[in-house]
Amino acid sequence: MTLIQFLIVATALFSFGLYGVITRKNAVLVLASVELMLAAVNINLVAFDVYLDDPLNSGQIFTLFTIALAAAEVGIGIAIILMIYRNRQSADVDDLDLMKG
Amino acid sequence: MTVTISEFFKESANWAFLAIAVPTLFAGWRTVTSNNIVRAVLYLVVSLGGTAGLFFMLGAEFVGWTVVLVYIGAVIILFLIGIMITRAPLGQEADLSHAMNVKAPAALLSTVVFGVITWAMIDAFGNNMIPPFEPTATSDLSLLLFDRFVIPFEVVSFVLLAALIGGIAIARQDEEVVS
Repeated sequence: MTLIQFLIVATALFSFGLYGVITRKNAVLVLASVELMLAAVNINLVAFDVYLDDPLNSGQIFTLFTIALAAAEVGIGIAIILMIYRNRQSADVDDLDLMKG
Repeated sequence: MTVTISEFFKESANWAFLAIAVPTLFAGWRTVTSNNIVRAVLYLVVSLGGTAGLFFMLGAEFVGWTVVLVYIGAVIILFLIGIMITRAPLGQEADLSHAMNVKAPAALLSTVVFGVITWAMIDAFGNNMIPPFEPTATSDLSLLLFDRFVIPFEVVSFVLLAALIGGIAIARQDEEVVS
């Protein structure tokens, strides 16, 4: 196995996530696209960990931290979307233009 | 050392890699383009399951199972609850993405990002092979986590606790203010 095949898959997933963050209108789907980007970063971390044969396994340990932080991020994100929906009856990111000049 | 296409297909592990990577990428693409909100989230399940499969291929078994438990088990449930609570258009086609005037620059930007990163990586790592490896033992990982990385581990625990309390505090229905 080459290293580059894992890196290319991760880069493609990251680009898909970037595309989704920009084009999606529903706030929950924007969060889902962010999750896709985080998953891509995790692939990179684990691939480099194995490639460098790191005795400290830093790549895998940091992947575990990323997963925990992503879970925290989704929890807070969904809570914020819920609060916005309660106040403005919409989860569409385009409707949140209260501070637009 | 260069790897040609025919050499790539001679290695049986690469066939397993393709069998995992192609559905992962397809599901990732459908996650950001599907017009059915529940299907988009369920495609995300397939995509994250594919990343877990790639972790298994790389011998990172504990990390792979953590992805299955945390992402597929918990995060997806949060997403589904989120789309149900915000009364998103369930089970039907809906206009979930912006029009072409946003899509075209977004596609251009993500293609450029993909191209630049891929070019830089091929330039830097070219045909470097992943050296033969043993699967990472969970005991090694846990010894490191509670020895060398114990302070970051505690910090992440506090972040999770803060997120838990913050999530409850934000989403809680405020009581009527008696004036």
